[in-house]
Amino acid sequence: MGILEVKGVNKRFGGLQALGDVNLSVAENTVHAIIGPNGAGKSTLLNCLVGKLIPDTGSVMFNGQSVLGRKPFEINQMGISRVFQTPEIFGDLTVLENVMIPCFAKRDGAFRMHAIEGVQNERQIMEKALAMLDDLNMADKRNMHSASLSRGDKRRLEMAMCLVQEPQLLLLDEPTAGMARADTNNTIDLLKEIKEKRDITMCIIEHDMHVVFSLADRITVLAQGTPLVEDSPENIKGNPKVREAYLGETA
Amino acid sequence: MDAILVQILNGLDKGSAYALIALGLTLIFGTLGVVNFAHGALFMIGAFCAVTLQRILNLSYETVDPDKTDFLGQPLKVKTPYVESWFGPDVGAAIIDWSVPLAILFAIPVMLIFGFVMERGLIKHFYKRPHADQILVTFGLAIVLQEIIKANFGANPIQTPAPEMLSGVATLMDGVVYPVWRIVYFCFAALIIGGVFAFLQFTTFGMVVRAGMADRETVGLLGIDIDRRFTIMFGLAAAVAGLAGVMYGPINAPNYHMGMDFLVLSFVVVVVGGMGSLPGAVLAGFVLGILESFASTTWATTTIPGINQIIIYLVAIIILLTRPRGLMGRAGVMED
Amino acid sequence: MFGLDKKDLTLLLVVALLTLLAPFILNPFPTGSGLAQFNAGYPDLMQRFVIFGIFAIGFNILFGLTGYLSFGHAAFLGVGSYSAVWMFKLLSMNIIPAIVLSVIIAGLFALVIGYVSLRRSGIYFSILTLAFAQMSFALAYSVLTPITNGETGLQLTLDDPRILGASATADGSIPVTNLFGLEMRSAVNMALGPWNFTFSAGYYVCAVVMLLAFYLAIRIFRSPFGMMLRAIKSNQNRLNYTGLNSRPYTLAAFVISGMYAGLAGGLMASMDPLAGAERMQWTASGEVVLMTILGGAGTLIGPVLGAGMIKYFENIFSKINDNVLHGWFAWMPDGIEDLTVTLIHPFIGKGWHLTLGILFMLVVIFLPGGLVEGGQRIMRLFRRRKATEDDQTKAKQPAE
Repeated sequence: MGILEVKGVNKRFGGLQALGDVNLSVAENTVHAIIGPNGAGKSTLLNCLVGKLIPDTGSVMFNGQSVLGRKPFEINQMGISRVFQTPEIFGDLTVLENVMIPCFAKRDGAFRMHAIEGVQNERQIMEKALAMLDDLNMADKRNMHSASLSRGDKRRLEMAMCLVQEPQLLLLDEPTAGMARADTNNTIDLLKEIKEKRDITMCIIEHDMHVVFSLADRITVLAQGTPLVEDSPENIKGNPKVREAYLGETA
Repeated sequence: MDAILVQILNGLDKGSAYALIALGLTLIFGTLGVVNFAHGALFMIGAFCAVTLQRILNLSYETVDPDKTDFLGQPLKVKTPYVESWFGPDVGAAIIDWSVPLAILFAIPVMLIFGFVMERGLIKHFYKRPHADQILVTFGLAIVLQEIIKANFGANPIQTPAPEMLSGVATLMDGVVYPVWRIVYFCFAALIIGGVFAFLQFTTFGMVVRAGMADRETVGLLGIDIDRRFTIMFGLAAAVAGLAGVMYGPINAPNYHMGMDFLVLSFVVVVVGGMGSLPGAVLAGFVLGILESFASTTWATTTIPGINQIIIYLVAIIILLTRPRGLMGRAGVMED
Repeated sequence: MFGLDKKDLTLLLVVALLTLLAPFILNPFPTGSGLAQFNAGYPDLMQRFVIFGIFAIGFNILFGLTGYLSFGHAAFLGVGSYSAVWMFKLLSMNIIPAIVLSVIIAGLFALVIGYVSLRRSGIYFSILTLAFAQMSFALAYSVLTPITNGETGLQLTLDDPRILGASATADGSIPVTNLFGLEMRSAVNMALGPWNFTFSAGYYVCAVVMLLAFYLAIRIFRSPFGMMLRAIKSNQNRLNYTGLNSRPYTLAAFVISGMYAGLAGGLMASMDPLAGAERMQWTASGEVVLMTILGGAGTLIGPVLGAGMIKYFENIFSKINDNVLHGWFAWMPDGIEDLTVTLIHPFIGKGWHLTLGILFMLVVIFLPGGLVEGGQRIMRLFRRRKATEDDQTKAKQPAE
């Protein structure tokens, strides 16, 4: 029984069947990659997991609880964090504040009216956030305006914001899309480091094969909205069906 | 049956004005992505074009008529407008009488140029700024325009009467009387609306604009010079608002705050119609105008006191909460 | 002290000092001198400075922190005024119950309007608040006449019940508003040579309330709650995926700022016990937007500065007329004098709104951070100049 169980999910947009009978099981403490050509329904699937879209039929269970019909913030409170394709951070705030906010969300829940006590008195939160930044080698940038960070650092910061919540499941939406090779490699190293240091389950949506094969323990190939095959990276590499779906005609 | 007809007719003139202003607002918003709080001011400036023309036509020189005396026994001073001396008394008087319709010819170039200058000089710099900034700067501009008009024309409403021929009432079928000018206004509005739609539908320019409203980025990528078209669209929208103002004069005497009064309602109209939808703006304009007129009947005001004052806002609130895209809005336009 | 860090404490103390010494600071010119008309140190105007300061501080908690631009905040101010006047009519002339009621009622109003309006954001939110405010205005003007007294506005009369006070004073006039006996309109005059300073009880009550409101605003700005509000402005999407529900945060901010507006309205009625519907009109809402932007939205001191500046110009600018101008420019040759006066004429007196509009546009275009940003830029300029001078001296030293 996986930590995340997707069963029989269908989603139509008008006449387009975006997802057709998707079944997926993500085992705890593994890195599960979902790959597929453009338009295969990867993003739609992800949006169904985080509460942005509601599937027409099927179920999505996380730790035995359904996530369907819940809002994004409720799903996050259940223990799912997500990283966006382009880093989404609080650009007007400092790096430290960016990491403190998820700490507050973890400690106080979705809403708490703490309007009088000063932020500077929240020692524990601040220390936790600093430790996280230190972990990702960003402690020296803590007082920087986060909008002025480089793209790689923004990705790092976003990762810090997710990890500081100690999520049970981390969803990554094409974390290396549009990155230069060097940045991609840095991100891979970062993710590897995270995987080794922490007990965390990751689900990566990606179409860069290099990234997928360096990280994934398990791969699901999606084509035209349905899972084609699910297997270990070694087996996927040799699977002719995958080649056909992914690369078009095999050489 | 007649009562209903009368109310529908009564709603048409206000509805026409709403529809015309909302149409311009939507054009600007849809193509340029700018929220223009100065659009009501453009409507007002149009109305004051009519006032100005009326004043110009009435410029007169004084002659002393030695044969007659005024009530103080002094020689009577006679004012003769220049137009009357140039074109003869009959034609001259007719020109003055028809000053409001003539003001259309005067207002078109004025409003176009005004629109061009406003877009090039101010709005252009706000395409990339947040909507709040656009609202604020155009709000500031609206105040400035309103104050300039107030300084030059005073705070009191100025009568701009319709031509005598069109100022009476018409009897529509058994006993329903209706002011002629309102019929004229409605026909005029229908003509302008039809013209704008035809322009957008049948010209290449219009096609590009429609494409731009659907997907701005792509049109930009096609290498089409969007900037110049934006300027022209802004001028056009300004002209539509201005003409709506010119012709509205005989219905309600122009004053400096008429723009602000209409602006709030027009925004509500745009939102009800669906931000970015031209047919929606027109439809909502007429629907709200007519609803307002129904809400003003004695029956409505005795059933729910004050309903005539709040009906439009009430409808807007209900629409926004139940159909956030408005009556005919498309997905993805300002959906935050 | 007060749970503030050093910088904020300094700011609070400076503001406190300025407000408490305002009767001196705003009256720099001796009475009777030609410049006396620029004195702003009379109670009526000073009260307006601080009351609108409160209004703008509250508006800034919503707009400055969350970025939600409300165009209907005057409605809360109006509601506050009406509540306060009703309290004077029914209960007593003490301003405490009146102000408490205005804050509560305005808060409830804000809760209802905010709950509905905040379901949408961006321009839709602005228009929803605008629609609500115009609706309240229209209703106050017409149907709600039994409560609002329509066009005339709500006033005190001799036959109001005033359960805890007298309907009329011994000499048969309407009693005046007071704070446990201290009459709001009582004032002490102090003549100091040619200068004349007025210390009004009403002003000091307003000033103390404003300082409390300002202090509370600082605490809110520096709290985790304030940080969440800034996060909403910065990236609401990220906030939702971080496990935070933005709706209650924005609603709380909306209600708080509505209560500030109610407080301002209540104070306004306490200084002059009448309330009219025109206080709720959307142009009045626009005014508080102007104040906040002009001063600097999102900064602590900005709204107070903006409110002070607009109210000062409104009162002083609008008093200058052509005669005054001719007096000033009398040293010029006649023709040039007339020309100068003609050129300036549209911007003064009744035309001060024009000046305001132009000023506002200039600020939005060139100085989106308002006066505060302007001040910072000037400071930076000086610092840089000083820094380059230092560099030059440093560069020279080795050569010697």
